[in-house]
Amino acid sequence: MSAYETVIGLEVHVELATKTKIFCGCSTQFGGEPNTHTCPVCTGMPGSLPVLNKQVLKYAVAVGLATNCDITRYCKFDRKNYFYPDNPQNYQISQLYLPICRNGHVDIETEDGTKSIGIHEIHMEEDAGKLIHDEYDDCSYVDFNRSGVPLIEIVSEPDLRSADEVIAYLEKLKMTIQYLGASDCKLQEGSMRADVNLSVRPVGQKEFGTRTEMKNLNSFKAIRRAIEGERERQIDMIESGQKVVQETRRWDDNAGDSYAMRSKEDAQDYRYFPDPDLVPISLSDEFIADIKAAEPEFREAKKTRYTSEFSLPEYDTDIITGSKRMADVFEETVKFGADPKKVSNYLMGETMRILKEKELDPQDITFSSASLAKLIKLQESKAINGTVAKEVFEVMFFEDIDPEEYVKEKGLMTVNDEGALRAVVEEVIKNNTQSVSDYKNGKEKAIGFLVGQTMKAMKGKADPASVNAMLKELL
Amino acid sequence: MSILDLTALELSAAIKEKKYTVEEAVKAVLQRIDQCDKEYNCYITVDAEGALREAKRVQQLIDDKTFNGPLAGVPVAIKDNICTEGMLTTCASRILYNFVPTFSSEAVIALKNAGAVIIGKTNMDEFAMGSTTETSFFGPTKNPRNPGHVPGGSSGGSASAVASNECFFALGSDTGGSIRQPASYCGVVGLKPTYGRVSRYGLIAYGSSLDQIGPLCKDVSDCAAIMEVICSHDPKDSTSVDRQDNDFTSALVDDVAGMKIGVPRDYFAEGLDDEVRETVLKAVDVLKEKGAIVEEFDLSLVDYAIPTYYTIAAAEASSNLERFDGIKYGYRTEEYTGLHNMYKKTRSEGFGDEVKRRIMLGSFVLSSGYYDAYYLKALKVKALIKKAFDEAFARYDIIIGPVAPTTAPKLGDSLKDPIAMYLSDIYTISVNLAGLPGMSIPCGTDSRGLPIGLQLIADCFNEKNIIRAAYSYESACGNYHKSITCGKDGEN
Repeated sequence: MSAYETVIGLEVHVELATKTKIFCGCSTQFGGEPNTHTCPVCTGMPGSLPVLNKQVLKYAVAVGLATNCDITRYCKFDRKNYFYPDNPQNYQISQLYLPICRNGHVDIETEDGTKSIGIHEIHMEEDAGKLIHDEYDDCSYVDFNRSGVPLIEIVSEPDLRSADEVIAYLEKLKMTIQYLGASDCKLQEGSMRADVNLSVRPVGQKEFGTRTEMKNLNSFKAIRRAIEGERERQIDMIESGQKVVQETRRWDDNAGDSYAMRSKEDAQDYRYFPDPDLVPISLSDEFIADIKAAEPEFREAKKTRYTSEFSLPEYDTDIITGSKRMADVFEETVKFGADPKKVSNYLMGETMRILKEKELDPQDITFSSASLAKLIKLQESKAINGTVAKEVFEVMFFEDIDPEEYVKEKGLMTVNDEGALRAVVEEVIKNNTQSVSDYKNGKEKAIGFLVGQTMKAMKGKADPASVNAMLKELL
Repeated sequence: MSILDLTALELSAAIKEKKYTVEEAVKAVLQRIDQCDKEYNCYITVDAEGALREAKRVQQLIDDKTFNGPLAGVPVAIKDNICTEGMLTTCASRILYNFVPTFSSEAVIALKNAGAVIIGKTNMDEFAMGSTTETSFFGPTKNPRNPGHVPGGSSGGSASAVASNECFFALGSDTGGSIRQPASYCGVVGLKPTYGRVSRYGLIAYGSSLDQIGPLCKDVSDCAAIMEVICSHDPKDSTSVDRQDNDFTSALVDDVAGMKIGVPRDYFAEGLDDEVRETVLKAVDVLKEKGAIVEEFDLSLVDYAIPTYYTIAAAEASSNLERFDGIKYGYRTEEYTGLHNMYKKTRSEGFGDEVKRRIMLGSFVLSSGYYDAYYLKALKVKALIKKAFDEAFARYDIIIGPVAPTTAPKLGDSLKDPIAMYLSDIYTISVNLAGLPGMSIPCGTDSRGLPIGLQLIADCFNEKNIIRAAYSYESACGNYHKSITCGKDGEN
């Protein structure tokens, strides 16, 4: 078997984080009863007309600038005509002839160093509605709540060569877009969707092989599996003398396999033409300059700064900057006067643990930075011990509580009354003669048990270090 | 003199002077509809109950001086491709035979806010595709001046309703001549405003880059007053333009001294009926005698207007009409197997021949491999036509010519030969392609007594030049509407 090279290009759809839809004033909020976020425009009622949401344009330009694209100063919307019930006008307003951004690139880190991945174009378009098929009654329903939600489609050049590169590229896009605040980019919820165009060719061959397009990839894991599976499938076909057919395939992640949806022969003629209901857009230098000026500090810059400004280890900066939300919480909490490393520990430790347990995304963090700063100070001043602090944090993570008041209210303050502590420690020493003698015979570990017994007797409201010190003193 | 003979402005003034009530005006119109509309078929929907209810409400608001504008209390008819909330809006098509919009078009809202009372919805060519009002699913409208003839189209119902006094004025829409040509055939005043002057929100699109709503009415003064009400900037329509010069009645001035008028030779070439030519040239002479400077010139590119129009309008229509699929509203075929079959049967049964013809034509010119050769080329010719007009308007205040090559054809004749029907739009189509305003005013009749229209065209947003010239002409020749015998009773 000869060696094959995989050639991959991606089409990434990103739902923009605007409050309202791309061509009407309806809410873009996820969920909601079917067809409650709709109006004549996004349900394609006769006589209705689209008006462009300017924020969509701003986000699209921001993403274009952040990915080194040329911004098209005179751009237009085109209609893509096809019949399907989730598409109320039976045409989708998109961009073909003059997309908003062209000719960009992003850099990714690979085993062989930095690699530049070309971006062919980014265009703006509207999302479709959702079909709900009734299993019991032979009919389907249409929910137009998603219809008209703004999307950008980022089309890469066929520059990617492996699943690792694809993941790195997607991570990079995700970070960039999240940092811009243009989208939350959640694959599972569909606010970021990637279609994989893949072909293989013998190493050294210049011409591309026949490609397929893979759809329905809802996680990085699925993308990786689909790429590996499709590569194998195509190589097997070639090796057994068959030809790869240009087609669109659907990935079934449960089956770990894909099946053909439609071949090139069935490809529709979309009869694209400029939408006469929307006037062409002329972008001024000022408009673009304003967006460029408002660009946030991106991940790489933040990592460098966190190292120099807060002396955080690389391991910490990597995790904290892994989401814009977490980086924001970190910076705000530090601004409230908390120690950077302690904030970092809370984010990397307890926060990540809870997020993982509850299957949440760092973007979902809602607790207040002020509260975290207060909590850290309570712990620093030994008003509460580490165990109590963790308990309070968990409550704080989900409920809007003030840690100071909460600790007071629940009586969780550490008992700093030395007399009271001494009495309890004396009692513990009296009741645990075995451990006491073990300790005295050189078993250092035995003291841990005694500390635990003391903490238990104090109902957790003691400072373990003080308990330890007093035990040593009395023994 | 009957109340029905009043113009819109006269009626409104009479209501304010308490000579008539709004209810009397509405009842007179409803009675007239009862009397004539079985024959003329101007209306698809008559909302007698709603109109009478609205009459009471409007009367009160006139009495307490809330409504003091020139259209307060005046019954109006609306072309059936303009959305009216809660009132059937069919586009004269089977596919929308039961469609009741959830909102009113911006122009209709403006009229209602001015106190006009909507009587009903007028007949038209299906989806405004046609020049005779014979392609309507609800049967043809007849020309009240001679019921053996068509009223023109596509706003034939609106023009006929005005001509037969079944309303005091009407709204139409004009994509390639659909206001001006029926106005010409029926002997009423019709104006297609500059593209962007009137909001298209709520106008069910045919050719979006060409469509414009405008008035059909009894005289030029009514026309100016209606324009003042319906023209406005609408943020819901991206192609709507924000203008500060909507004071059209200020142009109702009987003076054309020094006005430069261009008469395009191309509009008087082969194909133009002799009687029409003579009558139009006589009308030009009237303005010349009043001091206008008249000059003949070559507009050029006139021959390319029709193929350009049918390429662009059909392309846009093929896409605009995709939403009529049987899923969400309107007609759905009764029996079908699967989605594709439902689409196919619904649309095959729901659309008429002319609409299907244009959908096919439009789909073809947009299909891959033909887009550049047809659609893109048509857009280039459109730009050249605009340029030719720009050059003309560098020299002339207005351009004058005929509206149509002939007077109204006999019922049935046009359906036999669609190409001949397409050619009848030759003088009106370029105006839409260039986005210009154009008006038709009656300027006489042929030997059979059929009205002839005079077309006045101005540069973009220069409607006032048209209104001034038309008003001067009308002042010299009298109000046509009041001068002729109209309708079956033959007494008014």
